[in-house]
Parts: sequence; C-alpha cells; structure tokens
Amino acid sequence: MTKPLVLILGARSDIGKAVAHKFASLGYAVQLAARNASTLDPDKADIELRYAVPVTLHEFDALATETHEAFVMGLPKLPMVAVCAVGLMGQQAVNERDIAAAVRVMRSNYEGPASIMAVLANSFEERGNGTLVGVSSVAGERGRATNYVYGSAKAGFTAFLSGLRNRLSKRGVHVVTVLPGFVATQMTEGMDLPAKLTADPREVADTIARAVERKKDVIYARPVWRMIMLFIRNIPESIFKRMKI
Amino acid sequence: MKLSGWGRYPVLDARTYRPRSVDALRDLVLSEPHLVARGNGRAYGDSAINTSATIETQHFNRMIAFDPDTGQLVAEAGVLLGDIIAAFLPRGWFPRVTPGTKFVTIGGAIAADVHGKNHHKDGSFRACVDWIDIMGADGEIRRCSREEDATLFDHTLGGMGLTGIILRAAIRLRPVETAWIRQTTIAAPNLQSAMAAFEAAQDATYSVAWIDCLGAGGNLGRSLVMLGEHAECSDLPSVQACASFNIKSKRKLSIPLDFPAFTLNGLIVRVFNSLYYWAGARKKGEQLVDWDSYFYPLDAILGWNRIYGRKGFAQFQCALPLQQAEAGLTALLTETSKAGAGSFLAVLKRFGKQNSAFSFPMEGYTLALDFPVNAKSLALLERLDKITVDHGGRFYLAKDSRMTAATLRASDPRVDGFKAQRKSQGLATLFQSAQSERLDL
Ligand SMILES: Cc1cc2nc3c(=O)[nH]c(=O)nc-3n(C[C@H](O)[C@H](O)[C@H](O)COP(=O)(O)OP(=O)(O)OC[C@H]3O[C@@H](n4cnc5c(N)ncnc54)[C@H](O)[C@@H]3O)c2cc1C
Ligand SMILES: NC(=O)c1ccc[n+]([C@@H]2O[C@H](COP(=O)([O-])OP(=O)(O)OC[C@H]3O[C@@H](n4cnc5c(N)ncnc54)[C@H](OP(=O)(O)O)[C@@H]3O)[C@@H](O)[C@H]2O)c1
Repeated sequence: MTKPLVLILGARSDIGKAVAHKFASLGYAVQLAARNASTLDPDKADIELRYAVPVTLHEFDALATETHEAFVMGLPKLPMVAVCAVGLMGQQAVNERDIAAAVRVMRSNYEGPASIMAVLANSFEERGNGTLVGVSSVAGERGRATNYVYGSAKAGFTAFLSGLRNRLSKRGVHVVTVLPGFVATQMTEGMDLPAKLTADPREVADTIARAVERKKDVIYARPVWRMIMLFIRNIPESIFKRMKI
Repeated sequence: MKLSGWGRYPVLDARTYRPRSVDALRDLVLSEPHLVARGNGRAYGDSAINTSATIETQHFNRMIAFDPDTGQLVAEAGVLLGDIIAAFLPRGWFPRVTPGTKFVTIGGAIAADVHGKNHHKDGSFRACVDWIDIMGADGEIRRCSREEDATLFDHTLGGMGLTGIILRAAIRLRPVETAWIRQTTIAAPNLQSAMAAFEAAQDATYSVAWIDCLGAGGNLGRSLVMLGEHAECSDLPSVQACASFNIKSKRKLSIPLDFPAFTLNGLIVRVFNSLYYWAGARKKGEQLVDWDSYFYPLDAILGWNRIYGRKGFAQFQCALPLQQAEAGLTALLTETSKAGAGSFLAVLKRFGKQNSAFSFPMEGYTLALDFPVNAKSLALLERLDKITVDHGGRFYLAKDSRMTAATLRASDPRVDGFKAQRKSQGLATLFQSAQSERLDL
C-alpha cells in the first residue's frame, strides 16, 4: 500500500514542522519545502526515525513566484495534501516607514503563498482530488494600527483561499483556511502573550489534521478566537478607530 | 519569568533562553556569566534553574540515528523518553532504564543519572549510555564515553548539569517482545517483610514498593511490593495481542486548578493508604499490566503536582547503605508517622551496586516521600536529613529543594572532589544552578 503524501511549504517554521510530525505520525510520507532546504536534513532524519515514513527535501522560495510552476512540476510526486505555513511578520514600526520592508511583508504573506496555492490548485483540480491548507491569521480579520501591514496581506490570503474553495468545491478539491490567534513560535518569541489564548504549534497541527480529515473550511486555533474575532469584527468603525487594541 | 521545578517550590524569577542551534547556544555559553541547562523541568527543586540564564533545551529534540542490530539510539538531549517509547516500542524497543515519569529528557536523565525499578539488576541510566556530546565553558563540544575523556563522562552522569550542556547522546534500548508487563504484587505487613520480599526478588527485572508511611507500631513499613517482568508473546492471552505493541497512552486526566492546601491532610492520606493497601493485598498472583500504567501511573494525571496546593511540595529521597538500611528506614518511618504528615507518595526500592563519581544510588535501599511545603514538614525534613546522615545515607539532588550545603557534605564525601573537578576544568563559574549555589557545588 502506498502512503499518502503531504507537502509542507515553509517547513522550517514551527507550525510547519509540527504539521509535518503530525501527518507523519498518521502515516503520511512527507515533502518538506523551504529556502535552504538542506538545513532541514536533521529534521528529515528525525521524522524518518520516529515515524518510519520517507521524507524528501525541496528547495522553495515563496517570493520567487516565477519558479512555482516548475517547483510543482519538479516534485517527485504530486501530494494529496499541501500545507502552506509561509509567513513573515516583520515589525509594524519599520513597515510604516520602510516601504520596501512593508512590500516584502505583503508579498511574503499574500503574493507568494497565493501564487503557490494557485499552481497546486490547478494540478489538484486536474487530478480531481486533494486538500490545500493555507495558514493565514486572525490578524487578517480586521486591520489594527499595531499590525495592519501583515494583517492586510493575511486578509488578502484569506480571501484568496475562500475564493479558491468556492471555485474548487465541485471539483473534488478541498481548501482549509487556518486562522491561528497567538501561537508560541519563533515568530512570537519574546512577546508577552496571554497563556490562555496562546496555542502550542502541536495544538495547531492537531487542529489542522482534524480539519483535513473532516473537510472543515475555516478553522481557528485556539477555537476561542472565533468568538474573539466575531466580537472584534463587529465593533463599529467609529469606535474601533479610536481603540488601542 | 517565574520558574520552578516539578514540586513548584521554590519559585524563582529567572531569565530563560531557548536556543535553536548549536551556534546560538555557543553564543550564550560564551557571553553569559552563569547558566545551567534545563530539560523538561521534572526535577523537583531548583536543579534546573539559574536566575540569570536558564537554557531550555526543547529545540534540541531530534532523533539522529538508530541501529536495530545493537539497539543504539543517537538523539539530541531534549528528546523525551516518552517520544522514544512512542517511536520505538511499536518496533519492539523500550528504554533500558526509566524513571517514574516518561516526561524527562535524555539530558535530564543523564544529568541526574536517573534510576528505575530495575536498578538492583541493571544499574542507573549510566548503564545504557554509550557516549555523550557535551559543550563546555569554552563553547567546544567534546564527546565523552567510558573510553574517551572518561573523567568528563563520569562527572556528567549525576553531575546535575554542572559539567556543561549535553547536546547529544547515544543510548541503548532494550528489545522487548510485547508492550505488557507481568506484575506480581506481594502484600508485606511491615518493613521487615517488605525488605525480605526485595531480597528474595533479586532476580526480578523490576521491583518497587509502595509504602504506607503512616503505618505505626506493628504496621510500620506496611507495603505493597510490586515485581515486574516484560511479558513475552506466549504470556499474552492471544497471538493477536502480541502484535499490538501499540497501546496508546491513556486518556489524560488533568488537574486544572490548585487544590486547596487542606485537601491532602493526614486523615485523607491515612484512609487512602489503608484502602490502597487492602485493595492491593487482594490482587494475589500475577496480572498483565500495560507499559504506561506499570511504569508511569502518575503520568495519567497531567499536572498532578497541583494537588499539593499553591505552596508546592518537597520530596525527600535518600539512599541508605545495605547494612544500615533497616535501622535507618525504621527511624525515618517512625519519625514520619509520628509527625502524622501525609505523604501521598511513598516509595521504597532496593538499589544494586553503583560505581560512579557523583551519582545518587548506592547499594542498599532508597526511600522517597512527598510533603506539602509548610513549616511543619520543613522541620520534619530537617529531622529526616539528620537520621539519613546518621545512618550513612545520602540524598538525591534531583528531588532536593531545601537541603543545606553542610548537610550535603555531611552525607557525601564525594562532594568536595566533584567541586574540585569542576574548578580544575574551568566549569565551576559558568555552570551553576540555584541548587548548586545553595549547596556550594
Ligand atoms: C513523577 C516523577 C517521578 C520520578 N521518578 C523518578 C525515578 O523513579 N527515578 C529517578 O531517578 N528520578 C525520578 N524522577 C526525577 C526525574 O527523573 C529527574 O529529575 C530528571 O532529571 C528530570 O529530567 P528533566 O528532563 O525534566 O530535567 P530537568 O528537571 O529540567 O533538569 C534536571 C537536571 O538535569 C540537568 N539537565 C537537563 N538537561 C540537560 C542538558 N541538556 N545538559 C546538561 N544538563 C541538563 C539540569 O541542569 C538539572 O540539573 C521523577 C520525577 C517525577 C516528576
Ligand atoms: N505565531 C503566531 O502567533 C501566528 C499567528 C497567526 C498566524 N501565524 C502564521 O503561521 C505561519 C507559520 O508561522 P510560525 O508562527 O510558525 O513562524 P515562523 O517560524 O517564523 O514561520 C514562518 C516561515 O515562513 C517562511 N518563509 C518566509 N518567507 C518565505 C519565503 N519567501 N519562501 C519560503 N519560506 C518563507 C520562513 O522560512 P525561513 O526559515 O527560511 O525564514 C519561516 O519558516 C505563518 O504564515 C504565520 O504568519 C502565526
């Protein structure tokens, strides 16, 4: 019996790694894609040892959108599940002044991830099955002064995933949008995050695996963020613009 | 951030770092004045805390290689024994030595040179370690083993993180045929019969006793001695069961809140202990028990350390030499019983021979007791310390949170040698924990 295959884009991220472990533990073979992919050799060995599944490494740069078609064509096998964990938060204060930095954040969270998802979507559509998982963020649910450059790009990615799902729902291809709140990863290292609202990457990975299995559309991690964002989205703009949040 | 060991006492404000690479770790080693490594924080007291720099090893958690011919696993120091079991028990391998919780790292198991229920037969964790890669104060990584840099190897096993930061190790796993243990329970009405049961069971792979430390008079030392053997396929009811290595960890109960401190008063412990004893005494003969329930009964209750309330608890664990064990244990149990202090967990175990520079075990008996932290039990602990020293015993640093440097020295002639070794190798200034400062190591 051949093992199902999962592709992790942005595999060096804490969330991406946790997702790789989770799927490997479920018996999936794993493709890890990242910049400087060879630095993931120890992770490849680790996952192979722990779960006795094959792991391959693939060079991937989300910003090099012109390479994305060749990247997908070049995969030894088209995966059944593809998870995009690519993202870049940057620093809002920098992004406000340094437009090049801001553009990089916009492209890393929207253009790059959307581009690779688009290419994979076409291949999955042609094959007639598969699941695409995009890791976006609750930051895309409403622009806030402290985080809107990142947030707006995530908003774009969320809308893109929603459209993709709408387009592919009758073509056998499922799309999962993941909206994490706070997650304890290198992205948030050193920040003072409220423990009750902060997920461990493994928690997010469990949620993602369940969503893939049960064909969920939009998931929050932790679930409490669904309520929080419902509330935040519904604050009238006239009040919201004066709030510090 | 606020940091404590598993006993939640003491709680210290400590700066923590979580390096993700050897280079990042080296930068810390070369720039911080003092630091200590931390594994999974299962030591009870302050061994894995340095207030100015505690180095968490959670990102050094990869397995590197496994040789099915020899059972040798090479892994980074932050890998948990539980991860090893999850990966390798389904393939027929189990740790050769494991403490009573699977949530310890390889680094922590080496640094405390932990013991399991098979110490009398297989020795401490040291016995399964082939080599260790450790970063010293100069940022260099040295591989040490019984043959290569043996002094460093000897002092790292049991060295409580004070000889450097363990990065990787090669350890041997034990081949097993099933995930089950054949357990035999012996009800021992008092200490003498418990010790007799241990002595009679020298050939058993595993042996441990749960001891009712509130029993007094003729009941002093009333125990359930539990022996265990890895079950073979032929021991299991059906061939099908043999293939099922895959007994998943039990569903977890968890203790979400601190219990109010009065919950575990003497009366409750007394009632519990009596019920437990009589329930155990009825389980005659042999039972099949799955690995998780057998080795790690407490792991089924995540966060059980909260039952002692907000102030935390202290564990007392000593080892007594064989000749003085009975007298020492009698005195310790009498004192505990007299104080009426409820130790929920009280464990007695026979230790076998041990040859090492600074590890805790010695041939004889070890007794472990838990107490909620309060003035009364702290005073009792001082008295227990004294009894231990008077009987030639010593203390387990992985459990200690309150002993004095003078007590440690009175109990263990090896202390000054260990300290001198650290000094001569230039390790003493950099590698320090709150415990090593308190104990002047
Ligand atoms: C429920 C329970 C049952 C237990 N049962 C037993 C038992 O049966 N037998 C037994 O022997 N012990 C037992 N223990 C104690 C436990 O096994 C030890 O304290 C062990 O060291 C904890 O490992 P850790 O990874 O949590 O290390 P920590 O608690 O984080 O650290 C312990 C020590 O190891 C050092 N250390 C950790 N990682 C490294 C590293 N990478 N490099 C250098 N030093 C390092 C630390 O500096 C510290 O001195 C038990 C503990 C609990 C909570
Ligand atoms: N942590 C949180 O609180 C949180 C909350 C909501 C959403 N998220 C999202 O979760 C995802 C995973 O993030 P994380 O928290 O695990 O943080 P992370 O470890 O910083 O992960 C981000 C990953 O994106 C990769 N990446 C960035 N630009 C890339 C590019 N051009 N090409 C290829 N890879 C690129 C990075 O790769 P390199 O290693 O090569 O730099 C890094 O591995 C991100 O999309 C993030 O926005 C995180």
